[in-house]
Amino acid sequence: MKKLFLFLITLGVLALMAWGFYQAIYAAPTEATMGDVQRIFYYHVPHGMLSYLFFSINFVASLLVLAWRRSNPARAQVADAWALAGAEVGVVFCSVVLVTGPIWGRPVWGIWWTWDARLTTTLVLWLIYVSYLLVRRFAAGSQTPALAAVLSVFGALDMPINYLANRLWRTQHPSPVFGGGPDSGIKDPDMLAAFGWNILAWAVWGLAVLAIRIYIQRRQQAIDAASASAALAAD
Amino acid sequence: MPGFSKNSARAGWPGLVWSHLRKDLRIEWRSREAINSMLFFALLVVVLFSMAFDPTAATSREIAGGVLCVATLFASVSALNQAWSREIRHQVLDALRMTPADAAALFIAKALANFLFVSVVQIVLGPVFFIFYNLHPLGDAWLLLLVVPLGTWALVANGTFFAALSIRSRNRELLLPLILFPIFLPALLAMVLSVKTILNGDGSDPQLLWIKLLAGYDVLFTTISLLLFATVLDAE
Repeated sequence: MKKLFLFLITLGVLALMAWGFYQAIYAAPTEATMGDVQRIFYYHVPHGMLSYLFFSINFVASLLVLAWRRSNPARAQVADAWALAGAEVGVVFCSVVLVTGPIWGRPVWGIWWTWDARLTTTLVLWLIYVSYLLVRRFAAGSQTPALAAVLSVFGALDMPINYLANRLWRTQHPSPVFGGGPDSGIKDPDMLAAFGWNILAWAVWGLAVLAIRIYIQRRQQAIDAASASAALAAD
Repeated sequence: MPGFSKNSARAGWPGLVWSHLRKDLRIEWRSREAINSMLFFALLVVVLFSMAFDPTAATSREIAGGVLCVATLFASVSALNQAWSREIRHQVLDALRMTPADAAALFIAKALANFLFVSVVQIVLGPVFFIFYNLHPLGDAWLLLLVVPLGTWALVANGTFFAALSIRSRNRELLLPLILFPIFLPALLAMVLSVKTILNGDGSDPQLLWIKLLAGYDVLFTTISLLLFATVLDAE
């Protein structure tokens, strides 16, 4: 029953992603000035938005780790699994943003990369969360969740700056498509549909990976706890 | 112990900071470990860059700010690691953890001590730097007195915090730069750009936007560090 359920979910996610791909590459109309390169927008922007979602999951879970660390260690462990999974999936999404951006920038701007506020803060965001994952790897033992949670707070500081970067400053990066003023938003309904399907597909995909990662981390925590108590019993 | 409680009541926040700071300054005065190693290291970086780029007066104005920042950055990383690993010997850190004193006072004192050490290095290195790179600032040179301390504080406040965070990890010497550099990047950018504007004197930043940004960064990150330092110190 459980296996059938998982199979159906996997199938659903794959079908949704295939539909999103069809929408972005075939169904959406070609953009007037940029041509087919513009289609990368249907991947770049959803991944950027969803990386905020996963980094926010990491941030909230980290705050819960700090809050429950002493009073409720069992719950803090659950929150820690969420924090780790959120950071890992977030880094994957942020990496996609950083790869698709230059691929679009090269034909449209003529350069792969420029150090404007949006691009720089995105790179910093990515670097901070990679260093978060490194801390988790290097810091040994029971203090890892608390130390990582502290670093996560610093990482979360960069998120609003990154969000506001092309709203506050004039950047080479295009101004925001959504929530950027009265003139923003996608006017063409087919383009909006392609965008909507892709953000849905990638959100579902990301959340599925997040759930799997949390499950694995919870199992790992159980194994660690069992081996720790076995070592105590052997003494 | 009535006398004890009276004493501890009198030893307020400034008193705590001062006693931690005095201890660190005295250790440094007697050993001169941090300043000497930083000074030589920063000097080497300046010489290396000078040879690698062979700068003329015009290009050196462009790159000098960056070289100065990066030289301080690299040099201070080793000293920042030292600052806490010194406390691990003889279990000083455990003793500090057990005192009822506010952990944030310890953090501020450590950051201030590191700030003084790095500033001494910059004061000694500054003239050498101007000679090697043939610098004549074309803008308001006195603004450097504002920018350099602000940038240094951004470096040492974060550096002290993350050195404490990475102190109990395996290969901590490696971990500190890996965490510190990404967090410090915005401050580095602000510092480099404002130094460049000052040296060039091109008036490209009339509202001193980058200096304000640097000051904002300092306030924000120092506040967060103060709030979270107790967590880092007690993480077990």
